[in-house]
Amino acid sequence: MSKEPVAVVGIGQTKHVAARRDVSIAGLVREAAGRALADAELTWADIDAVVIGKAPDFFEGVMMPELYLADALGAVGKPMLRVHTAGSVGGSTALVASNLIAGRVHGTVLTLAYEKQSESNAMWGLSLPIPFQQPLLAGAGGFFAPHVRAYIRRTGAPDTVGSLVAYKDRRNALKNPYAHLHEQDITLEKVQASPMLWDPIRYSETCPSSDGACAMVLTDRAGAARSPRPPAWMHGGAMRSEPTLFAGKDAVSPQAGKDCAADVYRQAQIVDPRREIDAVEMYVPFSWYEPMWLENLGFAAEGEGWKLTESGVTELDGDLPVNMSGGVLSTNPIGASGMIRFAEAALQVRGQAGEHQVEGARRALGHAYGGGSQFFSMWLVGAEPPTS
Amino acid sequence: MTGDAQEAAGAREIAVVAFAQTDHLRTTDELSEVEMLMPVLHEVLARTGLKTSDIDFTCSGSTDYLAGRAFSFTMALDGVGAWPPISESHVEMDGAWALYEAWTKLLTGEADTALVYSYGKSSPGSVRDVLTRQLDPYYVAPLWPDSVALAALQAQALIDAGDTDEPALAAVASRSRDAAGSNSHAQLRGSVAQGDYVVRPLRTGDCPPIGDGAVAVILAAGERARELCERPAWIRGIDHRIEAHGLGVRELTDSPSARLAAEKAGAFERPVDTAELHAPFTSQEVVLRKALRLDGDVVINPSGGALAANPIMAAGLIRIGEAAARIHRGASDRALAHATSGPCLQQNLVAVLEGDAR
Repeated sequence: MSKEPVAVVGIGQTKHVAARRDVSIAGLVREAAGRALADAELTWADIDAVVIGKAPDFFEGVMMPELYLADALGAVGKPMLRVHTAGSVGGSTALVASNLIAGRVHGTVLTLAYEKQSESNAMWGLSLPIPFQQPLLAGAGGFFAPHVRAYIRRTGAPDTVGSLVAYKDRRNALKNPYAHLHEQDITLEKVQASPMLWDPIRYSETCPSSDGACAMVLTDRAGAARSPRPPAWMHGGAMRSEPTLFAGKDAVSPQAGKDCAADVYRQAQIVDPRREIDAVEMYVPFSWYEPMWLENLGFAAEGEGWKLTESGVTELDGDLPVNMSGGVLSTNPIGASGMIRFAEAALQVRGQAGEHQVEGARRALGHAYGGGSQFFSMWLVGAEPPTS
Repeated sequence: MTGDAQEAAGAREIAVVAFAQTDHLRTTDELSEVEMLMPVLHEVLARTGLKTSDIDFTCSGSTDYLAGRAFSFTMALDGVGAWPPISESHVEMDGAWALYEAWTKLLTGEADTALVYSYGKSSPGSVRDVLTRQLDPYYVAPLWPDSVALAALQAQALIDAGDTDEPALAAVASRSRDAAGSNSHAQLRGSVAQGDYVVRPLRTGDCPPIGDGAVAVILAAGERARELCERPAWIRGIDHRIEAHGLGVRELTDSPSARLAAEKAGAFERPVDTAELHAPFTSQEVVLRKALRLDGDVVINPSGGALAANPIMAAGLIRIGEAAARIHRGASDRALAHATSGPCLQQNLVAVLEGDAR
C-alpha cells in the first residue's frame, strides 16, 4: 500500500525574542498555531489532531505540559501527542505528525514546537548532578567545542571559517522578521573580536536563548487541493539515533546523521544532493557545525565542507544557500529550533520566504539534531507533489 | 467500520506479538533505569527470536520528572543497543502512546516491526508532589494539589452523584488485588486492608501502590506478525483523546474522552470479553466502566490492574500488553485495553485487540 502524500499548507511563527513577558506559555503556542491556521485559511475545527514537541520539561518546570496546553491548542476532544527527542525534537515532532497523514489516520494535523527560555534556565536544566555520571556543568558549548577542535585538526580548516558562518547567518537574520537577533551593525571584524567562550567558539558564534514557537498545518492530497497558497510537498523524512558515547563513535560526523540523510535522499530519489537540492536549513547552534554538517549530509566530501563556506557557496545568493532564515545562530527557542528549520525549508519551496527567499527554490532540506550529536531528524520538501 | 482509525487499521493489519514486564517493586535502589529495562528488552526479543538489528522502528515513553534529570531517555537508548544507528523516537508520555506512534509508523509501510518500551522509577521521590508539576503552572501548580487529593475530588463527585459508595469502591480494590494473586509481576497481591483515609473519601486501599517498573512489547504487520506469534493480538482500532485541563470545566463523573476514543477504536461495534483498564484509583474504574459501557459479563483487569502495580509511564502500556497476552494464550478473543494520563483521567487511549478465530 502506498503512503498518502503529505503537504504543508500552513506555517506560523512567533517573533522570537529573549523574553516574551507579555504572554504565558499557552499564549505563546496559541499565537504560532493561530498564524499557521490563518496561513492555511483553516479554523480550529478543521484540525483532526495535534502533535506537540519541546525540549526537556525541566526547562520551564512543567511536567508533560501538553496536558496544560490542550485547551490553548484547540485539542479538547482530539488526539494529542507529545514528542521529545532532545534537540532534534522540533523535526521529529513534524515527522510524527506527517506519519498520521501518510498512514491515513487523519486528514489534517496541527504540529507545533516551542520553548520559553525566559521562564527557565537551560544551563541549570541540563546540569542537574546525576550520580555516577560525568557532569555537564559547562552547558552545550563545553560539550561540543572539543568536537569542533577535532574537525579543525582533521581537515586543516582555517581558523576564520567559523566567523564566516556567523557573519553570514546574522546577516541573513536581518532579512527575516521572525528572527531573534537583528544585529544591524554586524561586521566580520566584530564577530572575530568577540570574546572566546569555549575555544575555538567565540561569543558571536553561539546561539541565543529565545522564547518562541513554530507551528505547521500538515494535510493530505485532498487538503492540499483546497489550499489557498502553494503547498510544500514532503518527498522524504527520517529519524536516526545512536548512543551518546561509545568506543568508535565519530563525534565529528556521526553515522546516524549520514544514515538519516541517505534514507531521506533514497525516498526523494536524490542521487547528488549538492546539485539536486536548492536550499538547506540545518541545525547549526555553533558556527562550525555548518561545514561539519555539509560533510555529514553529503553536500561536500569529507574534509571539504569548510571550502564551500569559505568560497561563499552557502551565502544567500550562493550556489547552495544554507540557513537562509539566519539559522539557530540567530534564533534558538530550543524545542522549536528543529521545527523552524523544517518550516523554513517549506517556506522556501512555497516561495513565501520573503526577503530571504532563494530564487526558484524547488527542493529544500530541513535538518535537526540533538543530544550528544546522536539524534537526527530530516525532511526534504518540494514545490511539486512526489511522483512515487 | 466507523472512524478514521479503523479504516487505516483495515488497510494494514498490525498486531502485538510479544509482551514482557518487570516485577513491579516498591523500590529498586540498586538498579538504574537502564538496568531495570535491559532484562525486559531481552525477554521481549527472545519471545520472538528477533535481534535488535531486526527491529525496523523503536519508540519509547518516559518522563524526566521521575528520573530527576533532563534527557533521561538517552540513557535508556544504551540499553537498546542503538548501534548501528536505529530509526527511533520517544514520547514524554505513557508507553501506550509510544505504541500509538509505532502503530502509525507501521501503517505508513515504512516499518514491519517495532519495539515499544517504557519505564518509570517512582521510588526516588515523592510521586504525589512530582505529579503536581503537571498542572497549570501559573494558577494551579503553585498550590501543589496532589494526585490523591484530585482523585478524591473525583471520587466524592461520583458518590454525590449516586454512582458509587465506599463499600463499592472497597469491592473494586479487593477484586483487583485478588486477581493479582495470579500475576507474579504485581506489587500488591491477595488480601490488602482498605486502611484509613488518605484523602477522604479515598482510603489506602483505593489508591495505587507506588513503585518502579518497565514494560516492552513488539508490534508486527501482516504476515510478519503470524511468523512471530502463534496467535497475534491484532489491533482492530486504537485512538486517544484529551479533555480540558481545568478541573472546573470538566464533568468529573464521566469520561467523554475515553468514550470517544473507544468509539473511534471500534470498541462499541461488538462486545469485548476482557478489559484492561488503567484506573489507578478505584473510583476511576467506576468512571471508565460507565464511559466504556462495560457490563457485568466483561472480565475487568484480570491482571489486577493499576491498583496492583502502577509504575508511572509504564502502567498504560502494561494494560495493552496484558490484554494482548491473554489473546496470545487463548484466554480472550476480543479485548479492550485502556491507558490514561493527566489529573482525573484527562487523557485516555483505547485499543481494541482481537485474536484470529480458533
